[in-house]
Amino acid sequence: MKPLALSAFTASSCLGRGLDPTLAALEAGLTGLKPCTFETVTLETFVGEVAGVDDERLPAGFEEFECRNNRLARLGLRQDGFDEAVRSAAARLGPERIGVWLGTSTSGILDTELAYRRREPGTGALPEDFRYRGAHNTFSVAAFVQRALGLEGPAAVISSACSSSAKVFASARRAIEAGLVDAAVVGGVDSLCLTTLYGFHSLQLVARKPCRPFDVERDGLSIGEAAAFALIEPPQPNDTAQDVLLLGTGESSDAWHMSAPHPEGRGASAAMREALAAARLDAAQIDYINFHGTGTASNDAAEARAVAAVLGTAVPGSSTKGATGHTLGAAGALEAVICALALRHGLMPAGVNTRSLDPALPVSYVRESRRARLDAVMSNSFGFGGSNCSLVLGKAG
Amino acid sequence: MSAPLTAWLEGVGVLGPGLRDWPSASAVLAGRVPYAASPTSIPALECLPPAERRRTGKVVRLALAVGLEATARASSERAVLPAVFSSSGGDGENCHEICQVLASPERQISPTRFHNSVHNASSGYWGIATGATAASNALCAYDASFAAGLLEALVQARIDETAVLLIAYDSDYPQPLRSARPIPDAFGVALLLTPAARQQSLARLTVRLCATPAERLAEAELEALRAQIPAARSLPLLRRLARSEAGAVMIEYRESQSLGIEVSPCH
Repeated sequence: MKPLALSAFTASSCLGRGLDPTLAALEAGLTGLKPCTFETVTLETFVGEVAGVDDERLPAGFEEFECRNNRLARLGLRQDGFDEAVRSAAARLGPERIGVWLGTSTSGILDTELAYRRREPGTGALPEDFRYRGAHNTFSVAAFVQRALGLEGPAAVISSACSSSAKVFASARRAIEAGLVDAAVVGGVDSLCLTTLYGFHSLQLVARKPCRPFDVERDGLSIGEAAAFALIEPPQPNDTAQDVLLLGTGESSDAWHMSAPHPEGRGASAAMREALAAARLDAAQIDYINFHGTGTASNDAAEARAVAAVLGTAVPGSSTKGATGHTLGAAGALEAVICALALRHGLMPAGVNTRSLDPALPVSYVRESRRARLDAVMSNSFGFGGSNCSLVLGKAG
Repeated sequence: MSAPLTAWLEGVGVLGPGLRDWPSASAVLAGRVPYAASPTSIPALECLPPAERRRTGKVVRLALAVGLEATARASSERAVLPAVFSSSGGDGENCHEICQVLASPERQISPTRFHNSVHNASSGYWGIATGATAASNALCAYDASFAAGLLEALVQARIDETAVLLIAYDSDYPQPLRSARPIPDAFGVALLLTPAARQQSLARLTVRLCATPAERLAEAELEALRAQIPAARSLPLLRRLARSEAGAVMIEYRESQSLGIEVSPCH
């Protein structure tokens, strides 16, 4: 594929709002996971909650979009001057020439879950303030972001569980290459809700303590929430601010099981190989890999096998989910932004919480954040339904 | 206006109220047979292993049924065919059941309900049923979900130089969500698209974004389906295909935008 520049990018997660606190936490090897006090949830687990989401106010005229997920989207858009960067791109290219592709798994479902508690006792009707289109529907976050940024190009939500906001990069790069748009806002927004907390619990995939990806005693994931965005467009010659490029995308399906990965990581390997081929890179040219690394026994085992098969066992890698939690539909974009920070600052972020690396997993796990020259990095995202996506990002110049 | 996107249509699958497959739907849409309303009848799935079959709801069966019909003459390609699934609401029944349990004191949702709650559930079951290991997408664009899926599939066919299967589908919610999103019944449509003409091609489609309003259907009952079910926004295109008429058709995309589709039959 033709490389695309990440002209602007930002991420907000439990590590903090925007790039500075995110980078500082990654450098220091901190985790943002805390014991779960979310809503009325009584599960013994840790979550990565973004502070102050419910204090965020949507602008006047956006009442139909009121929900926690869109408040988190708004919080995320305002960091690092991202909204301003998009507005100036819209002034330059035309608002109809910028597309919006966003990933989310659960959209504004929390507000529906809460509305179900307030159903009319006799009729079972939902309360009058229930908002289907602007909050519940899976598209609501893209509709909100598109309108909030004043954009008028094509827009869609990709909702393929935990690969959602990695796949948006693939869809947007194709649309740019086809001339459908000149630039795209891509990203992911997913917020805490009862469906995912109790759902992963029902599958016995939730860790009681902060998740420990690739640890011999790993016992599940910790759920987080995040909003992460990037503005991608063909690189401008001599624009030194465009220091990070999207080099390759790869997508595949396991065709195996709804909630368990193929044990040999068959689909994961295919996605990684396709991303490498699209980037025209050899496996040896990948300097760091951000694992999907959820911390479940089966994910980390399958992923380690796939990475060993495609990239070998020497490439340094880590899962940053010990720091951020698994932000589900936002994870692909959050971890792409973490990779962009890694490239920009020459930082290999540590996988935190991991105490005893599982000797059965053939990976070179980064245990402490360290400085390193990074030219090309890979990020993996895999989801339920066997949906896999790998991204390759690189340093410009 | 963006440059047009072109692809060749090779197979069609349809299932909706009074429309049981593409041959019967095209007879109705071509005006050869009168439309007779009846609830959407979704066939049982023979293509999934029994354990998986038990776990699927009607929305998944709907999506797979139209996908199988559109690829019936290209069945050997299914395992390598990328797919674009697009739906406004996914599995509304499953969503309702989860919300109901989460509002109860126990909050014990079933693991199957949870993994079926992902918007890409149909994509996952399609892979299990057909062995398809290529890229598979799961889109939502509210009422524009059919048009957004078509754009995605056309772009992918061109840029990745591959045949692509588009499956757009929607189903009715149970109460109380039905009142908030009154979709009357299930409707699914699948189109097998190729980047170049092949022997089996039915028509060439050239698509661009237009400011012209979307076309409506003269027949009141069919127009009601088009207006009320997002996936049925495809009906004006299906009618033109059924009539094998060359010419342009406008499909609803967003408030101020349509997809203008130039249809050129291949025979």
